Amino acid sequence: MSPHATRRVFTSKGQTDGCSPPLSLIPMAQSIRRDSPELPDFSLLKRLARDQLIYLLEQLPGRKDLFIDADLMSPLDRIANVSTLKQHEVDKLYKVEYKPIVSTSDQLCFLIRPRLQSVKWICDVVNADKAAGKFRRYKLIFTPQKFYACENVLEEQGIFGDVTTDEWGFHLLPLDDDIISLELPEFFRDYFLDGNQRWVRTAGCVLHLLHSLYGPFSKVYGIGRCSKMAYESWREQVEEGEQKGRDGEIGSVFLFDRDVDYVTPMCSQVVYEGLVDDIFRIKCGCVEFGPEVTSSDKSLKVMLNSQDKVFNQIRNEHFSNVFGFLSQKAKNLQTAYDKRCGMDIKQIKTFVSEELKGLKQEHRLLSLHIGASESMMKKKTKQEFQELLKTEHSLLEGFDIRECITFIEEHINRQCSMIESLRLLCLLSLTENGLLSKDYKSMKAQYLQSYGVDHLPTFANLKQLGILVEQPTGETLTAMENKVGKLVNDRAAGKLTDAFSSLAKKSHFRALSRRLNLVLERDGWTGLEEVTRLLNGQEFAASGCSEADGKARSDTQRTILVMFLGGCTFSEISALRFLGKEKGYKFIIVTTAITNSARLIEALLDNRA
Amino acid sequence: MSRAKADEDDYWNSSKFTLAFTFDEEDDDYTRLKESKKAVNSISALADEDDDDDDVEKVSWSGEPVGSISWSVKETASKLRPAGDSRELGFPKISASPSLPKNNSVYSLSSLFKGTAQYSTLDTPARHYAPELRKPKCEYKDYISNWSPQETILKMQQGKVVSLERFQSLQDKMLLLDKAVDGHDGNIITAVEVLFRELVGRETALRHYIHYLKESGEQKVLLDLFRSELLQYKHHLTITDENKRRDFLKTCLGLPFSPEDSLHVQDHYTLLERQIIIEENDKQVERTGQSDVFKRFPRKASILNMPLITTLYYSCFYHYSEPEGTYSSPANIRRTFKLAEKQYFLTALAARAKLKAWTDVDSLFTTRNWLGFTKKKSPVAFQRVLDILHKNNAPVQVLEVYVNLLEDLELKINMAHKFKCHDVIINTYRDTKDKKQLLGYQKKFDMSSAEHKKIADVLNNSVRNTHTLHIRYRHTQSLYSKAYTLTIGCSADLSRQFKTV
Repeated sequence: MSPHATRRVFTSKGQTDGCSPPLSLIPMAQSIRRDSPELPDFSLLKRLARDQLIYLLEQLPGRKDLFIDADLMSPLDRIANVSTLKQHEVDKLYKVEYKPIVSTSDQLCFLIRPRLQSVKWICDVVNADKAAGKFRRYKLIFTPQKFYACENVLEEQGIFGDVTTDEWGFHLLPLDDDIISLELPEFFRDYFLDGNQRWVRTAGCVLHLLHSLYGPFSKVYGIGRCSKMAYESWREQVEEGEQKGRDGEIGSVFLFDRDVDYVTPMCSQVVYEGLVDDIFRIKCGCVEFGPEVTSSDKSLKVMLNSQDKVFNQIRNEHFSNVFGFLSQKAKNLQTAYDKRCGMDIKQIKTFVSEELKGLKQEHRLLSLHIGASESMMKKKTKQEFQELLKTEHSLLEGFDIRECITFIEEHINRQCSMIESLRLLCLLSLTENGLLSKDYKSMKAQYLQSYGVDHLPTFANLKQLGILVEQPTGETLTAMENKVGKLVNDRAAGKLTDAFSSLAKKSHFRALSRRLNLVLERDGWTGLEEVTRLLNGQEFAASGCSEADGKARSDTQRTILVMFLGGCTFSEISALRFLGKEKGYKFIIVTTAITNSARLIEALLDNRA
Repeated sequence: MSRAKADEDDYWNSSKFTLAFTFDEEDDDYTRLKESKKAVNSISALADEDDDDDDVEKVSWSGEPVGSISWSVKETASKLRPAGDSRELGFPKISASPSLPKNNSVYSLSSLFKGTAQYSTLDTPARHYAPELRKPKCEYKDYISNWSPQETILKMQQGKVVSLERFQSLQDKMLLLDKAVDGHDGNIITAVEVLFRELVGRETALRHYIHYLKESGEQKVLLDLFRSELLQYKHHLTITDENKRRDFLKTCLGLPFSPEDSLHVQDHYTLLERQIIIEENDKQVERTGQSDVFKRFPRKASILNMPLITTLYYSCFYHYSEPEGTYSSPANIRRTFKLAEKQYFLTALAARAKLKAWTDVDSLFTTRNWLGFTKKKSPVAFQRVLDILHKNNAPVQVLEVYVNLLEDLELKINMAHKFKCHDVIINTYRDTKDKKQLLGYQKKFDMSSAEHKKIADVLNNSVRNTHTLHIRYRHTQSLYSKAYTLTIGCSADLSRQFKTV
């Protein structure tokens, strides 16, 4: 492996970053840099959800045991705690495990996602009680909504009248100041693979909720079929309800279907937050660092958000910039601690009361992130990882493809990580617009030989989504690339591409944000029709309901909500944050779930019964 | 004396290898991290002084703090575990529930849609809460019986009670379904379908019905309806008995797969068939203790249902020297499943290296040409070979052979450093006349060690050998200049970046 290869950092196709200047030297797109506006207060969403839950619990007066869906435990933890539940007469808490229960309470409450499996299990519980002659009251709380199919199961199992059902509209969980999640990872597979639209209305509800709390929105843009349906669903709901005129806190809204861009989420992430997610898996804004990070014998669960001062400064940085920052921080900390030498008693007193606490907290955070970096560094410098990254870069830049194929083949032959192999195959197909027929057949065969023929349905899934496909014979493959390439070199966008190519060094930054930016510039999809068509998008732009004016308007206009249907990655969030900083916008990210390459691939696996 | 010294200096080139990249401790960033860590740790004494009553910690380090919901659930679970484990409760079978005639159910779904008063008492007035966001869903005042399909769907979306009784003709049903599909609300689409249970030609609706059937576990209906070959094939995963599974796979062979997929399924069947034979035989061998390798490396798991490459590995591990005629021999597997040379080679290499059968490893590479000379060849890069050998703790003597086969000089030095092949390093430095590196390298060794002595010999012999080496020098010149261009770019800063990208 040559240093040239590894030094090469990914930029958009056909460009290299060899000479991109440091950030400070890049001419700003605007001569006067405006400060980003303040973000709306999203903690309101948490309070709303909590109050609603309490209300629902009070609908079943008296002591009761609460069964919680495993997926809902972490989100619930973010908005309430045990004492809140105890105050409302919840006695014991259980996880839904699809096993017979041992509760002695005469009132059972179930907090679940609307899944048939859960409802069937509850039916079994109720029927078991009936058989044992035990009388209990049951309440099913579905979140975010109940489906008719669930009630149908209750009816079929003959317990429709024995239980009460309710809905808990816990649609949105703010994970951070600027990230709000629906915590619905199944959205991706349900909609994009199975073609199931049951969450579309949920997405519409989300827009409606945000619109009524922080709206009215001035403009809504979107790419993709699902975006369009979500938009229409929302409009219907707006028409149903009354509209009061007031100043909104959010200006434009962008809706993106995940299938508009699969390349970005299929790449390894290189910004700190993304890398932490790839390696340790951030769950609901919280990560569990093992003993190798904490340098003790216990694991530690840590919240990762803007409250963590150290994390907040490094989360959007390219991994290689993080070390310098951390070591500088460590030095500063040392100096700050050293100050107390040579202080008199009074000074020490002020030091202890004013500074020490902050220093100590910083100290903890710092040692933790240093530990995490160290542990990631160990993994990253492994030769295998370096080769993997090199292959990814080559694929994105479109050269040495034969070498890449050899690497992927050997990766498969040696039975290295099953997910990684599939990810590389997908990336190859996505960047090359499909595999040559003979390559597809041979790679698929080798994959099945290494990881089991059981993966046949997985390949069918990937083909259906267009993520891993055979090249259609006799067609030129670069039609789309040419178009997108031309777009990027477009005059109007020229000044921006500069900023982006430098960002590319910092993160995998793909067409998505580039397009977003162009739309902002041009106030619509005008001129981009061809590109959106090639991106199988159904794009639309719609004017909203409010035409507020004055200063309030300009601040609102610069607060932009971006909603990802099917999930988004931390790299994409970092890219939007960067864009916001550069251009004085503030982006609010709403996503059905935080995703990454491994989660996407896992959602499409089909080798289990 | 001084002249000799000058000669010597002339002879030696200045060092061209900045200690080329190594992935271990010398790493810049790594050292920096280490230092930062040390710095942070050194001040921990102060920070830990009054650790306990620090509320900062309780707030931001909520590693499942006492009082969190996850914590509490774990508590209940751990308290209950012994009881749950000792008596494996099963649900008592209720004969009544499934056979309950649907139409007679008082609380049937259709009665719900009819909007009986009974339902309204069940539905709590939860939605009166936060009226701005959520209007009450059950206002049975609203109930009028002759809504249009459009209105009906709208009311259903609002969670209101509607009557679907008037949609009796197929045409009406289709109309209602189309409206539901137009509304983009999957929930409603499924609801309408479940009521009608009639298959339709509308694709979106159909997909919902499929999903509904899948989720409710009615695979059989689905199979009968759609005869999807992949779905049927997938059914084998639910069969635990290997013989039944094999028989099931055999029935899959006739399904209308694409030509390639049909080959894959055929392979799957053949593989399982072989695995069953091998498993039975090996279980026997292991039990009776006939074979040495089974005694030394007891099998950790059965080979049944493992992928093909795993099976090949297993066969290279336990049945390497068997003749091609037996099912369990590597050669047989390779031939039956038409494996590529690379696949076979990598797997055999990994298996033999795991067993530390270095002679087997060596013979994998050796080819003989028609004159009878032997030559080492490999279908994969030697670097990859080294990787595999190193992971299996191959001794230096084995690694050395393959490091020497690397053609790229820089790579060779790096690999030699990584695997501590001192002879290779010393010889390479000697050949490139890198005195500085040699001297530096010498310092790593004890005065008494063989390596130290070897370097000293090289250094002492250099002037005397100037003439002979000169030729050699020219020979290596081209390689050397290549390495030079590569290393010159590696200033400290760049190399850091390069390692961390």
